[in-house]
Amino acid sequence: MTDLGFIIPEITLLILASGVLLVDVFRRQSSNAVTFWAAVITLLVVLSQLALYFPDGSTITFFGTTKIDPMGSVLKAFAVVLVLLSFFYARDYFDKKEVQLSEFYILSLFATIGMLVLISANSLLTVYLGLELLSLSLYSMVAMNRDSRESAEAAMKYFVLGALASGMLLYGISMLYGVSGTLQLDELVARTDVLGQERVLLVFGVVFVIVGIAFKLGVVPFHMWLPDVYQGASTPVTLFIGTAPKIAAFAMAIRLLADGLQGLAHEWSAMLVILAVLSMSIGNLVAIAQSNIKRMLAYSTIAHMGFLLLGILAARNSGYAASMFYVIVYTLMSMGAFGTIILLSKTNLEADRIVDFSGLAKRSPWFGFIMLVIMFSMAGVPPFAGFWAKWYVLKEVIAAGYVWLAGVAVFFSIIGAYYYLRIVKLIYFDDPLDTNGVDASEDMKLVLSVNGLTIFVLGILPGALMSICVIVTIPYAAG
Amino acid sequence: MLSNLPILSLSIWLPIIGGLWVVFAGSRRSANAMKVEALVISIAAFVLSLLLWRDFDNAIGAMQFVERLSWIAPFDIFYHLGVDGIALPLILLTTFTTVLIVLAGWEVITDRANQYMGAFLILEGLMIGVFSALDAVLFYVFWEAMLIPMFLIIGIWGGPRRVYATIKFFLYTFLGSVFMLVALLYLYQQTNDSFAIQDMHNVALGASEQKWIFIAFLLAFAVKVPMWPVHTWLPDAHVEAPTGGSVVLAAVMLKMGGYGFIRFSLPIAPDAAMAFDGLMIALSLIAVVYIGFVALAQEDMKKLIAYSSISHMGFVTLGFFICFQVFANTGNWNDAAMGIEGGMVQMISHGFISAALFLCVGVMYDRVHSRQIGDYGGVVNTMPRFAAFMMLFAMANAGLPGTSGFVGEFLVILTAFKASFWFAFFAATTLILGAAYTLWMYKRVIFGEVTNSAVQTLSDISTRETVILLALAIPVLILGLWPAPLLDMMHASIDLLIEHLSHSKTVL
Repeated sequence: MTDLGFIIPEITLLILASGVLLVDVFRRQSSNAVTFWAAVITLLVVLSQLALYFPDGSTITFFGTTKIDPMGSVLKAFAVVLVLLSFFYARDYFDKKEVQLSEFYILSLFATIGMLVLISANSLLTVYLGLELLSLSLYSMVAMNRDSRESAEAAMKYFVLGALASGMLLYGISMLYGVSGTLQLDELVARTDVLGQERVLLVFGVVFVIVGIAFKLGVVPFHMWLPDVYQGASTPVTLFIGTAPKIAAFAMAIRLLADGLQGLAHEWSAMLVILAVLSMSIGNLVAIAQSNIKRMLAYSTIAHMGFLLLGILAARNSGYAASMFYVIVYTLMSMGAFGTIILLSKTNLEADRIVDFSGLAKRSPWFGFIMLVIMFSMAGVPPFAGFWAKWYVLKEVIAAGYVWLAGVAVFFSIIGAYYYLRIVKLIYFDDPLDTNGVDASEDMKLVLSVNGLTIFVLGILPGALMSICVIVTIPYAAG
Repeated sequence: MLSNLPILSLSIWLPIIGGLWVVFAGSRRSANAMKVEALVISIAAFVLSLLLWRDFDNAIGAMQFVERLSWIAPFDIFYHLGVDGIALPLILLTTFTTVLIVLAGWEVITDRANQYMGAFLILEGLMIGVFSALDAVLFYVFWEAMLIPMFLIIGIWGGPRRVYATIKFFLYTFLGSVFMLVALLYLYQQTNDSFAIQDMHNVALGASEQKWIFIAFLLAFAVKVPMWPVHTWLPDAHVEAPTGGSVVLAAVMLKMGGYGFIRFSLPIAPDAAMAFDGLMIALSLIAVVYIGFVALAQEDMKKLIAYSSISHMGFVTLGFFICFQVFANTGNWNDAAMGIEGGMVQMISHGFISAALFLCVGVMYDRVHSRQIGDYGGVVNTMPRFAAFMMLFAMANAGLPGTSGFVGEFLVILTAFKASFWFAFFAATTLILGAAYTLWMYKRVIFGEVTNSAVQTLSDISTRETVILLALAIPVLILGLWPAPLLDMMHASIDLLIEHLSHSKTVL
C-alpha cells in the first residue's frame, strides 16, 4: 500500500475528474460555471499535493512502472499550472462565442492525467498508457467543434496519423523488449550494452521510438498533422495542445532516451541532429508564407521543437536542463500568443488571420505591448525569456562540440525573426481594421498580463528557473 | 562621497525606468508634461555622466567605477559594469545626444510624442549599458535589446518606406549579432566557464580558432559600423528614420561597431586581426573612396550624409587595423597607438558632426517637408543664422583644420603614411571627396537664387533650434582646437589595448 502514496496526485486527479464529470451531468443547462470552478479546484488540489509530496530523491515504485523524481514533479507542476491557466483563456473564448462546452474542461482533466502518467513513466508500457490517454483526449477535443469541417478534418488527420505514430512506437518498444527482455526503463538502460545482431535490432527499435517522440513533439518530417490541427481546432483547444502536452512530450523524450536508452546516446543523438536541422529550417521557412496566425504559430512550434532537440541531443544532464528550460519558456510564450488570439476574437470573429492584429497597439497599448514581448521573445531577442531559452540550448550544443550546429540554428533563427517582426509591424505600424478597443473578461486580461510579464521577468532574472532545471537533472549522466 | 554611489547603474537604469514611465504613464496625462519629464530625465542622465567624467582618473588604463553583482548564478554570469578611457567618451556622447534628441522632437513629433521620447530614453540606457558592460552576456543583452526601441522608432515615426527600412535594419543587425553570440559561447568554453570580457582577453587561443572568432565578431561589428559591403541597410534606415532616429543612429549606434572592434575583436583575437588586417584595410579604403564617390551622386540630403557617415567610419576601421603594419614598419607600438587614437577621435567627432548635419536636415525638413537637394536653393536668404551653423558643420564634415573632423582624419592619415604611402594616398582622397560632396550639397541648398516658393517663406531657426545647434557647434570647435582632454582620457586605456595586441595569444 505504501506504493500508492507516491501517486496520490494522479489518484486524486482521477477521482476528482470523475466527480467533475458527474457534477457536469447535473448542472443547470444555462451555465457551466459549476463545472469550470470544479475543474479549477481539482487542479488546485492536485497542485497542492504535488507541492506537498515533493520527492527528495528518485524512487521507482508501483511494481517498477513509475518513477517519482524531482524533475518529474517539477514538470508535472508546470503542466498543471498551464492547464489551469488555459481554463481561464478557454472560458473567455466560450463566453464570447456563447457556447457552453463543459466537455473541454473534463477532457482536459483526463488529458492531464495522461500527462502526469507519462511524465513519471518508468516502463515502456506506462509511457504508452500515458501517451494514449493524453492523445485520445486531445483527438476528441479537436473534434469538439462539431459543425466545422476544418475541425473534423483536423481531428481525423490527427487521429489517423497519431494512431500510426503510436503503432510505430509500439513496434519500437517490442524490439527493445525483444532484445533486453524487460519493459522497465531502469533495467533496460543496463541491458543495452549488447553487440552484433542484437545491437542492430536495438538501434532499429530506437529508430521507431524516435519516430514516436518526434511525432508527439511535432518535429519534421513527422510534423504534418500539426499545422492542420492548430488551424482546425478551436483556439482554446489549440492553446491547450500547444502548451501542457509539450511538457509531457519533453518528459517522454527524456524518460525514453535518457532513462532507458542512454547507452545508445551516440545513435539517437545523431538522429536528433537531423531532425533538429530539418525542423528549424522547414519550420522557419514555411512560417513566412502563412497568412493564418494559428498556422504560422504551428510552423513556429515546429521550429521551436527543433531548438528543443538541440539540448537533448547533447545527451548529458546539462543539455537536458537546457531543453527543460526551453520547453517551459516555450509553453509560456505559446500560451500568451494563443491567448492574444482569444483576446481579439469576438462572437463572429475568430481573429486567426494575421491582419486581425493590425493596429493592436492603437486599440490597446498594453496588450499590444504584451504581444510585442511575446513575439520578440519567440524570436529570441533579449531581454525576454525566449532569448535565454535559445542561449541555453546553444551554449549546451556548443559545449557538446557541435559548433556548426549552433551556427545553423542561429542562421534559421534570423529567418524566424522575420515573421515575428511582421506581427510586431502589424501591431505597431499599421492602422487597425477594427477601431474598437479589445473586450475580454477581467480575469482573462489579468491572466494574459501576468503571462506576458512573466516572460519579461524571466528575461531579466532567468537564474532561478535555470537553477531548478540544473538541479533536477543532476541525476542524469554528466557526459 | 559621491563615488560610493553606483553612478554607472544609475545612468543606465534612470533613463530606462524613466522611459518606461514616460511611455506607460503618458497616455493618461498631457503631452507637454511628459515632454518636460523626458527632458528632465535626459538632462539628469547627462549630469550623471558628467559626474563620471569628473571622478574619472585619466592615469588609469584599467576599468573604473566597477560594479559586480551575481546575476545568473548557475553559469557565473555577473552584472558587471565598468568604464575605461575608451568607453567614457562614448557614454558622454550618448547622454549628450539624447538631450538634443528630446529637444529636437519637442514640437515636431505630434503622434504619440510620449512614446517617442520614452523610446529614446530606453534606448539611451541600453546604449550606456553596451558601453559599460564587462560581462559578455550582459553586453549581448544590451546590444540586442537596443534593436527593439530603434525598430519601433523607425517603424512608427519614419517616412513612407519605413517598414521596409526598419525590418531591413533589424534583420541585418540581428544577422551579425547572432554569430557573435555563438563566438561568445565558444569563448565561454575556452575560458573555463567565464563570461568576463577580461578573461576572454587573456585566454590563449589557437590561430584557426582565432580566425573563426574574428570572423564571427566581424559579422556583428561590420554590419554595425557599417563597412562595405554590408552597409546597405544604413542609407535606407537613415532616410526613413525620423530626425531623432537618424541622429542616434549616426552619432551613437555606428560607434558600437567600432567599440566592438576595440573591446572584442582586437584584444581577443589579435593574431587573427593581424592575419586579416589586409582585408580590413582594403574594406576600410573601399568605404572611404568608393562610398565617397557614391555620396557625391546623391540627390537626397539624408542619403548623402548617410553615405558620408559610412565613408568617415571607414577611417575609424582603418585607424584601428593599420596598427599591425605600422608596427611591422617602424617597430614602435606608440606609432601604432596613434592610429587607434585617431580612430577613436574620429568616432567622437563624427558623432557630433553627423548628429548636427542630420539635425540641420531635420530643421529644413520640418519646414519644407522635402529632403531633396533640388527642392532647395538660396536658403541663406531666408535663414541666415541657420546657414552659418550649417556652414560650420559642413566644413567640419569636410575635415577643415580647426574643427574636430580634422583631428581624427589627420591622425589616421599620418599613421597610414607609416604603414604604406598608398594607404595614406587613398585615405587622403577623402579630404577632396568629403569636401566635394559636402560643400557641393551646401552650395546647392544654401546659396544661389531662391527658385522655390517654399524656400521664400522659410523662417529662420527658433531659439530651441539655435540652442541645439549651438550645443553641437561648441564641442566641434573645442575638439578641433584643443583635443587634448579627449586624448588624455583614452591614452592609458589604449596603451593597455596595445599591450594586448603586442603579444601573440596562440598556443600550439
